[in-house]
Amino acid sequence: MHTAVALIQLGAVFFGLGLLGRVARRVGISPIPLYLLGGLAFGSGGLVPLHGIEEFTHLASEIGVVLLLLLLGLEYSASELTTGLKKSWMAGVLDLVLNAAPGAIAAYLLGWGPVGALAMAGVTYISSSGIVAKVLGDLGRLGNRETPVVLSVLVFEDLAMAVYLPVLTAVLAGVSLLGGLTAVGISLLAITVVLVVALKYGRFVSALVDSPDHEVFLLKLLGSALLVAGIASQLQVSAAVGAFLLGIAISGSTAENATRLLEPLRDLFAAMFFVVFGLNTDPATIPPVLGIAVALAVVTTLTKVGTGWWAAKRQGVGPMGRARAGAALVARGEFSIVIAGLAVASGRVDAELAALATAYVLLMAVLGPIAAKYVEPIGEVFKRRRRRRAAA
Amino acid sequence: MLGERVPHRIGVGPRGRPDRTETDLSECKVAVVNVEVTPLPGIGTRQDFAIRAGRRIGVITYRDGKFELIVSKQDDPDATAASIPLAPEEASTLAGLLGAPQLVAQLREQHREVGGITTRQLPVTAFASRALGDTALRTRTGASIVAVVRAGVAHPSPGPEFLFDNGDLAVVVGTAAGLDAAAEILTGGGG
Repeated sequence: MHTAVALIQLGAVFFGLGLLGRVARRVGISPIPLYLLGGLAFGSGGLVPLHGIEEFTHLASEIGVVLLLLLLGLEYSASELTTGLKKSWMAGVLDLVLNAAPGAIAAYLLGWGPVGALAMAGVTYISSSGIVAKVLGDLGRLGNRETPVVLSVLVFEDLAMAVYLPVLTAVLAGVSLLGGLTAVGISLLAITVVLVVALKYGRFVSALVDSPDHEVFLLKLLGSALLVAGIASQLQVSAAVGAFLLGIAISGSTAENATRLLEPLRDLFAAMFFVVFGLNTDPATIPPVLGIAVALAVVTTLTKVGTGWWAAKRQGVGPMGRARAGAALVARGEFSIVIAGLAVASGRVDAELAALATAYVLLMAVLGPIAAKYVEPIGEVFKRRRRRRAAA
Repeated sequence: MLGERVPHRIGVGPRGRPDRTETDLSECKVAVVNVEVTPLPGIGTRQDFAIRAGRRIGVITYRDGKFELIVSKQDDPDATAASIPLAPEEASTLAGLLGAPQLVAQLREQHREVGGITTRQLPVTAFASRALGDTALRTRTGASIVAVVRAGVAHPSPGPEFLFDNGDLAVVVGTAAGLDAAAEILTGGGG
């Protein structure tokens, strides 16, 4: 009886997500905000409370985070990361300062203390590389001159996450300063080791998981990802970072095949992750923080555009290309929710943080692609107006 | 710039001095174009160059082997006016169409002194994954295949064991009659 109910509930959730995904595709937006809304509709304070599948959905959402980060790591090769870092670190630092500050300041003003500030800084800092890459592809901008600039900023952000997440995990666990430094030390050491190993012996790591048989390959991949994530989590370095580093270490054709094989699984479990985050957020808590979320959205849209503008200008890209680069970076999504999820799960931050992060990501995941799409017509208007003024 | 410039020689034959970007037509045609190679982390590689008309033109190679032909806008060289996805065989056909005439022009130049001999590019459609030796072209027509152009790359002096592929263009030297017969054989008309 219990199993039957659980299956019906799960089936309803997945089917509902499928319908939402279809709507998102038709409208041309990222499905993430709709998944979040779906999660809000169910669960605590929502329309339909779910019972008896919490254990499964919780574990599924954890696997979702591991797979999100594993596939992110698979996308990059170690050499891309190191050269990207060398070329874009100035833009990356500017990006970090400009976009982490609004979140931190907002949290500070709301009285959430240093832990809340650290978490909110991460939420507003990191662009959604998934949404950005998709939007650039859909708009046919991969061949544009500003696109490498955008991508290298994203690379920097993803590497910054590998340092930031362990720090956050340690702080949320309430460890002392020494414990926090140890976590950072371990993760920096791990990143260095992984980059060196991946650069020099990447094919051995790949050979370890590779197999011509799909079934064997899938099991070995998933097994190693969960093992590494679990061990990393045990060391307080954050499961997600472990998976990310494993993804970087796997390279070449193995990485391509792994991506192809894991993508459907990632989509499934990541959808579950967004739903669970929405489930655990009481929709009634959102309206009070909506004003702050809108203010944050406005400010951090401007700061991202500023970042992209500056980074593209340094590479000799024209004004229109600079505006495009800035607008492309606006979207926030999966990683902001990963960060907020970590913070909320620890119970060390104000419960309102979940509501603010949800509202913020709902806004930014929709606004990002729109900004990227309409920056050109808006730019044209400005250009024409300036020309007219010059003529007059 | 993020990319690095790699001089890319188009065509085979006598190499021009590397420092010159163009040679006059009296010498054999070897032009050097600076192709900019830019890594696109997580996506692939962009290779492009500025053409004389002012636009950028190039190719994005995705990591999974797909190609995209890109052409920049006239008024905004940073933006792409078109990005056209090409399947591998389409890309190699396009490359062959663009690359082969160059090669033929060069060979024609070289063979000008020999009367009655011409060079022509012929599509190979009847010998996919069969060896060049199977055509028995030399014995049957007196014409010889001096190069095979595949995906824009010329394979000079292919041996009898050379395996043809779909979309290959053979550069054939011979008499006019021999070339007609060769065209028929390579496209399957002559068996």
